[in-house]
Amino acid sequence: MSEMSPTATPERPADLPAQSPPVDPAETAAATAKSDAPGRLSWWRGDGGEGAKRNLGLLATLVVLVVIGILTRPDLYGNASWVWGNTLTILKLASVVGVVTVGMTFVIIGGGIDLSVGAIVALAGVWATTVATQSYGAGGMIFSALTVGLAVGVVNGLLVSYGRLVPFIATLAMMVAARGLAAEISDKQTQVSNNTFINGIASTELLGIPLLVYILAAVVVAGWVLLNRTTFGRRTVAVGGNPEAARLAGINVRRHTLYLYALSGLCCGIAAVMLTAQATSAQAAMANLYELDAIAAAIIGGTLLSGGRGTIIGSLLGVVIFSTITNLFAINGLSTEAQNMVKGGIIVAAVLIQQVQFRSLTQFLGRNRATTT
Amino acid sequence: MTQHSRDLSRRRLLFGGAALSAGVVLAGCTSNEATPTEAQTKAAATGGNAEPGKKVTIGFSAPAADHGWIAAITNNAKAQAGAYSDVEFKSVEAGADAAAQRAALSTLISQKPDVIVLLPHDGKELNAFGLEAMKAGIPVVNLDRAFPDPKAYRLQIKGDNYGMGVAAATYIVEQLKAKGVSNPVIGEIPGIDSLELTQERSKGFADTLAANGLRVANRRPAEFTADSGQQAATGLFQALPKLDALWNHDDDQGIGVLAAVNQANRKEFFMVGGAGSKKAMEDIQADNTVLKATVTYSPSMASSAISLARLIGQGKGMSDLVELQVPKEIVLASETITKENAGNYLKLGF
Repeated sequence: MSEMSPTATPERPADLPAQSPPVDPAETAAATAKSDAPGRLSWWRGDGGEGAKRNLGLLATLVVLVVIGILTRPDLYGNASWVWGNTLTILKLASVVGVVTVGMTFVIIGGGIDLSVGAIVALAGVWATTVATQSYGAGGMIFSALTVGLAVGVVNGLLVSYGRLVPFIATLAMMVAARGLAAEISDKQTQVSNNTFINGIASTELLGIPLLVYILAAVVVAGWVLLNRTTFGRRTVAVGGNPEAARLAGINVRRHTLYLYALSGLCCGIAAVMLTAQATSAQAAMANLYELDAIAAAIIGGTLLSGGRGTIIGSLLGVVIFSTITNLFAINGLSTEAQNMVKGGIIVAAVLIQQVQFRSLTQFLGRNRATTT
Repeated sequence: MTQHSRDLSRRRLLFGGAALSAGVVLAGCTSNEATPTEAQTKAAATGGNAEPGKKVTIGFSAPAADHGWIAAITNNAKAQAGAYSDVEFKSVEAGADAAAQRAALSTLISQKPDVIVLLPHDGKELNAFGLEAMKAGIPVVNLDRAFPDPKAYRLQIKGDNYGMGVAAATYIVEQLKAKGVSNPVIGEIPGIDSLELTQERSKGFADTLAANGLRVANRRPAEFTADSGQQAATGLFQALPKLDALWNHDDDQGIGVLAAVNQANRKEFFMVGGAGSKKAMEDIQADNTVLKATVTYSPSMASSAISLARLIGQGKGMSDLVELQVPKEIVLASETITKENAGNYLKLGF
């Protein structure tokens, strides 16, 4: 966290490169909050490349997992069409959590946390599959899932930003309440979706690639653009990195926080449609522990839990890694207990590597450079 | 300053209120009218034990789990109690875990019911409660999750988890033999793997297969929910490009398993379900999916438990048995439902 604050950057030259006059106050706030000054330092050595380096580490992990798969099941991996199908299956399995994780990444970068995502998915899914909603057809179901997700997200945001509740508490309360409401609406029953269009979302393929994967890709691209190429994204980083500085820079921190939770809720609404399509049904207990999957994926993807840093690509890789591990254990017929232990180990390892190796490496490089020049 | 802070807290209250009322208003916009759970009650027949007798107050407690089977248990108990004019039904919420259920049950004891019917969160953890109630002179009917101590219950009525596995494996072995498949690939999708009931089911399945020289090629546990069933099945299909038979422990998660079957476009195998949901029975009857059979673990046991609790409260025995009192243990047989007999079982589906 210390490296995030503008004062604690010993390895950086004292004179920050001159910024062009900021168009938006968030620009400066983001720049100072991230201490991500490009220019003098090379891309690779500077913090700007840190996210990319971390993502390369995640890619390497992914490659290792695939190699383990090839070594343990050469019979399956010898078949090219199986490998292609399996890759798509991994992406399909990652798609629902992936969409949730994109929203979660924004919330965490903005300095918050959303523990209610699994419950929102369940509530939106249940709401969309009640007999009353199903009578409005696929459009009505999708509309109600998105609206419910967005509405719950807005309530979360209001509680956190204007109600001044700690995000952990506000979203924990929402997690319990939303699951309760979902159980109430569904009367604890599994609600089967009879809508062929909705159910078809999970089995439709375009150009040989499942529709679910396209949805995931669309959400990831939209998230990436929003975070990296818009004022909204810069404000998010600023608000999470140093809310006080962001406020002084003229950002309406409360309103922005509200937007972040609403965004997360909307992502949950999209995920609810996808999950309902996959299971051809919805129930109050569905999307169990997705909040932990999403947080874990964002964390191993390099998102800082205290806010101010994170990448969409990293989060996506995190989700895909978890999905690949699940697949690896499935094709080897190993128990899920062992799988959970490995997942836990990977989370710890990923955070440890980020904490120790990258930071000391960049500091070392920075110091080295300072003495040689 | 004080004025200001008062404003703030008022504003906060307003927001909290608005959030709450928004939830309530929104909940009003959706409804679920067409999903009635058909109560599996036995109509009070004429003569013998069905004649109204001494008034019996039955206390009831079952976990509020988000699962069709548990919901059916509570609904059945309620409906069966309603079918008797001489039964007063007092239900307490069992809360989230064994400790909460214990607390709820102690308030139930204070209301002095004649009999308690109880589906515990965990039989071992609530054993002490059973002992306490029995000592206080209230007969306890244990539903499905056994107490280890025989002194802790008057009657235990439960399903046969091991027998479920046996029934599923027996059907699969028969079908494979009839088809003449050699070296069959058999998959299994259990429910939550850490539960004793899941382990018993899997053991019955594996033992019976082993007796026929077969084994489970891969098992992927789900969590009794449709979405987890879909994911577990998807993983299983990746691991086994060719499959001959599949046993899925639970028909509720089976909705997701069947969805995964369609999504993966697999139809080279046949599938056996578990528990006996109405939808599974209808699918079996229609015979247009891979689901060809299901082995029962029927929540109708809750209806029977209420009937028997009433008899215990009135000091009567079961009219078809010679004994003057209700027996101490009843284990339901796990029955195999196929296309041929699905019609008879539909009324028991949940």
